[in-house]
Amino acid sequence: MSKKILLDKINIPGIKTYEVYRKNGGYTSVEKALKTLTPDEVVEEVKTSGLRGRGGAGFPAGMKWSFIDKKSGKPRHLVCNADESEPGTFKDRYLMEFIPHLLIEGMITSSYALGANLSYIYIRGEYMWVYKILERAINEAKAAGWLGKNILGTGYDLELYVHCGAGAYICGEETALIESLEGKRGNPRIKPPFPAVSGLWANPTVVNNVETISAVPWIVNNSGADYANIGIGRSTGTKLISASGHIKNPGVYEIEMGLSVYEFMNSDEYLGGMSSDRPLKAFIPGGSSVPVLPAHLIYKTANGEDRLMSYESLSDGGFATGSMLGSGGFIVYNDTSCIVRNTWNFSRFYHHESCGQCSPCREGTGWMEKVLHRIENGHGREEDIELLLSIQSKIEGNTICPLGDAAAWPVAAAIRHFRDEFEYHIRFPEKIKNRDHFVAEPFEKVKHLVSKVIV
Amino acid sequence: MIHTDQKQNINMTETLMNRINELISHYPSDKRKSALLPVLHEVQDAHDNWLSIELMDKVAEILLIKPIEVYEVASFYTMYNLKPIGKYMFEFCRTSPCCLNGTENLMDYTCEKLGIKEGETTPDGNFTVVGVECLGACGYAPMMQLGDFYKEHLNEEKIDQLIADCKDNKIILHDK
Repeated sequence: MSKKILLDKINIPGIKTYEVYRKNGGYTSVEKALKTLTPDEVVEEVKTSGLRGRGGAGFPAGMKWSFIDKKSGKPRHLVCNADESEPGTFKDRYLMEFIPHLLIEGMITSSYALGANLSYIYIRGEYMWVYKILERAINEAKAAGWLGKNILGTGYDLELYVHCGAGAYICGEETALIESLEGKRGNPRIKPPFPAVSGLWANPTVVNNVETISAVPWIVNNSGADYANIGIGRSTGTKLISASGHIKNPGVYEIEMGLSVYEFMNSDEYLGGMSSDRPLKAFIPGGSSVPVLPAHLIYKTANGEDRLMSYESLSDGGFATGSMLGSGGFIVYNDTSCIVRNTWNFSRFYHHESCGQCSPCREGTGWMEKVLHRIENGHGREEDIELLLSIQSKIEGNTICPLGDAAAWPVAAAIRHFRDEFEYHIRFPEKIKNRDHFVAEPFEKVKHLVSKVIV
Repeated sequence: MIHTDQKQNINMTETLMNRINELISHYPSDKRKSALLPVLHEVQDAHDNWLSIELMDKVAEILLIKPIEVYEVASFYTMYNLKPIGKYMFEFCRTSPCCLNGTENLMDYTCEKLGIKEGETTPDGNFTVVGVECLGACGYAPMMQLGDFYKEHLNEEKIDQLIADCKDNKIILHDK
């Protein structure tokens, strides 16, 4: 049983309510921080903890906090990114739905550390019932004196509100999120200036993921050093993993960083192995944007070392033989899954979600979707694979925000590891027509056809 | 884009206006525009789930912004409907993780049962079926969004039941 920090109280009946949450030690980090620590001391603890942004990028949270401009004298804001929309990711929703006061406690303690007096939780519009849960929880916290003027008689003021989006993946990018919070289209801003200098309403702003902020109470209650003792190397603490696809037990799990991928996949405490006991074909460890890995690179790295659930181990080998921990959206594919169809599906997603600001992304994502669609539907051309690689390489690195990279990487990775499957689609169109959507004949059975043509 | 000749009955009730004013109060007094997204959700929910030009103009007036500032936002975000849609909109998540568990077949089944294609509304105006992108419920697939709620772990029997419940007015769409 690995250490639980975020979900240790999740099974206590009634933990959703303020009374039960408080009775079980809730809001003690606010008391401790406001009464015994200076804001800078809280920032130092978070720095020491090594906590890294849990939204996907993995940037050290304490360092991000230390960038906030305190000299300008402008009001500062903390904005929680609850716009969870990365395909494969559904962990933040779980936290907010079942233990909403943990996030609110984290928001208060973190806002204090940043000197923010007006903070927001930006939640995706589709999570409307969770928005209501948070709104009610904030009202409960306010009634109990944890929000408002002069909290606990310390002179610290904080107002906290929930703000809902309306269906745009791009708003998970921090500057697009800020634009959206200002009542505009979610078009990412050019950086610099970074939000820490000029964010919400041009005020210094920190944007952090739900899971990141929810880890702060534990760090303050214990210590940054205690947190850093959990996990492995620079991947400190625990991570929520949302698992989906062809596995026995899909759902949200809290793991200690450094758990082996093999154990996570196969132990009954976690995913319990493959559903219907079909062979494992591929997996994506960190949401649709990160590279897909084929079976032989999942449990072992290219060097033959055990692959672990950590930032470093999952990216071992770079993009050639590795991937990324990303958001922890863990998607598992069995041998009946069609990689071409999966790649086309993701390309459609990115095309739909591109904000349209930068031409490489706006046009390129559409071209990739179109080319992949024709390959998947039996109209592919021999030169299409090179065409896809060419398009994706021209999107990558040429856009204002990382959506372009996120759209380009999955295509490159799918071709890198499953090129023969694309070739099969192109050379044997009659064999891939009339399939039952995502269900394909296991590729292993027909692989010889492609290799014959090559010879 | 924004184009429909259909008229909408606009009714800014007291309850709705109170809620709008509460939302506006969440932002500094000179940043009323920030309330735009939440306010659009509220007015849409109270007006048969779509936004006519007249309704958007009304929102602009309340937030003291230009109508174009509302149109450009309403047309950017997928959750705002710029033309009338079915009373019950079945929004199936059709991104890969859901598809791995049979979403596409279930959408086919639902469309066939209702006699419509994806993206269409039944002639009685009751049902619309659409495929949408990742809803953040990948582990509970197949699933759909219906109003403010998710319906998860779906199968054909559950779809039959859901359609029957909609017809019997047993489904709550909004959590107000």
